[in-house]
Amino acid sequence: MSALTFRLRGEPDERIDCSSLVPDRLKTLGLAEIEKLPVGTTKRKLAAGDVFDMSGDDASDIRFEGGAARLDRIGERMSEGVIRVAGDAGFRVGRVMSGGDLHVEGSVGDLCGSGLEGGRIRVKGDCGARLGGPDAGEMKGMSGGSIRVKGRAGERAGDRMRRGTILIDGDCGRDAASRMIAGTMIVGGRSHGAPGRLMKRGTVLLMGGAERFTPTFLDAGVHDLLFLKLMAEGLISTFGDVPFDGSPMRKMSGDTAVLGLGEIYLPA
Amino acid sequence: MPVIELAATINGVRIDDDFAEAFPMSGTAIQITAINEKWALEAATKMTGFATSVIACGCEGGIERVLSPDETRDGRPGVRVLFFGFDPGGLEKQVTTRLGQCILTCPTAACYADYEADTTIELGSAIRYFSDGFQVSKKFAGKHFWRMPVMEGEFLCEAKTGYTGDGVGGGNLLIMARDVNGALAASEAAVEAMKAVPDVIMPFPGGIVRSGSKLGGKYEGMMASSNDAYCPTLKGATQSKLDDDIGSVLEIVIDGLTAEAVSNAMRAGIKAICDLGPEQGALRIGAGNYGGGLGPHHFSLKELLP
Repeated sequence: MSALTFRLRGEPDERIDCSSLVPDRLKTLGLAEIEKLPVGTTKRKLAAGDVFDMSGDDASDIRFEGGAARLDRIGERMSEGVIRVAGDAGFRVGRVMSGGDLHVEGSVGDLCGSGLEGGRIRVKGDCGARLGGPDAGEMKGMSGGSIRVKGRAGERAGDRMRRGTILIDGDCGRDAASRMIAGTMIVGGRSHGAPGRLMKRGTVLLMGGAERFTPTFLDAGVHDLLFLKLMAEGLISTFGDVPFDGSPMRKMSGDTAVLGLGEIYLPA
Repeated sequence: MPVIELAATINGVRIDDDFAEAFPMSGTAIQITAINEKWALEAATKMTGFATSVIACGCEGGIERVLSPDETRDGRPGVRVLFFGFDPGGLEKQVTTRLGQCILTCPTAACYADYEADTTIELGSAIRYFSDGFQVSKKFAGKHFWRMPVMEGEFLCEAKTGYTGDGVGGGNLLIMARDVNGALAASEAAVEAMKAVPDVIMPFPGGIVRSGSKLGGKYEGMMASSNDAYCPTLKGATQSKLDDDIGSVLEIVIDGLTAEAVSNAMRAGIKAICDLGPEQGALRIGAGNYGGGLGPHHFSLKELLP
């Protein structure tokens, strides 16, 4: 068996909805049926066969070759298997995913990993706003799984995050971990805006520091905590490497404008 | 004529053709670490105090071994501790009560699961409420921890640990000697050898019990009473199982996470006693049983000869 491959015929001239091209859906379909799946978002009603050249037969290993910022909703609601994107992807990549692995070699748009419940998302490039956050009208962001963005993240990464782990190697846009409920976020670069704004609980490590904090965050001092060491070692098995090593860190407690049980750690 | 048939005589030590009768127990293992070995042992010693017999203590527990920093979860000195109970519920109640009173309270101590199984009992999940809402749940790398703020800093405790329903309690050896000095020397040698066997504990003081028991007694409500057949001062007053040359008897009770571990420990103990010989140690090795009708695990001494 060989990976089921979707080779982009050319830069799409409309946004493409790839939410049906996931292992869960395709494992019972043949190529002829897959070609007819609707992916268009205009009244032209494009099917998968109009946008992609397809080959391979292993639906548990899906590849998109020749990515584009207009390929939206890749891996949405997938629960098993692997999807690899050789290039960029659009918005809502891996939204409400509950299992499996999703690798994007380029950059992705807004709402990557939105409402993530499980599985792993890896983005080699940058990502847009509200990484792992809730969609409009939803009360919770991601509730499980792990996301790693090697590049930069847009504003409000981890908004209303409930559980799971986000690792951003680069800088972060405004107000990361806003309204965070729980979970763990690690930022290797600098965080802009006021990270942790209105967070209730949860743990945030800002290795590159923060532009500022709201006055409702309070300095709790420098602490040498065992869990930081264990988490550094544990997350190496998840991510391969992490930008902290368990050394003592300064704790900021907040946001006391709400529950105030969140914690942001900064290098001591 | 020997009181019990002989299975063998090795290096002058007589070994009974008899068997130890043991029982199924629920067993678990945890790892306790601290800033140094002194404090890890302090926590473990307190936690395994008053855990000699499940009948009166609610569980049987002991230190399996001291762990070097490269063997522990957090790279600090540590101790592996085993606990055994009649059932998972009773085991969990004992472990969590002791955890809360002896590990949570001990400076710098942390507690981790040390037995992998699908069946689990609670550790930190049971005592987290002490933190009065300030406890923090943290999950990473497939593990779940509770972080509990304490006056010293923070107590880190894994949420649950695995347990086995295939544990074995009550493996034993009876070490019979001319006098107490010989019995103690042989017993100490056996316990030292057994300590090298993984997944077992000897829960009595120093691993040794002098007041071996039989089931029931003449007084109403007694679950166990003196094993009069092996009390040297009762020769003539009871149906003794002691030869004329035996003046003192000690027992080693062994609990293990598997029947194989108990067998290995008994084998190691028998070898150590035989190696010491009768002049400095024991004249005879026996085993305690209830006729074979109660416990499903029978450890025959002649199958454990060195």
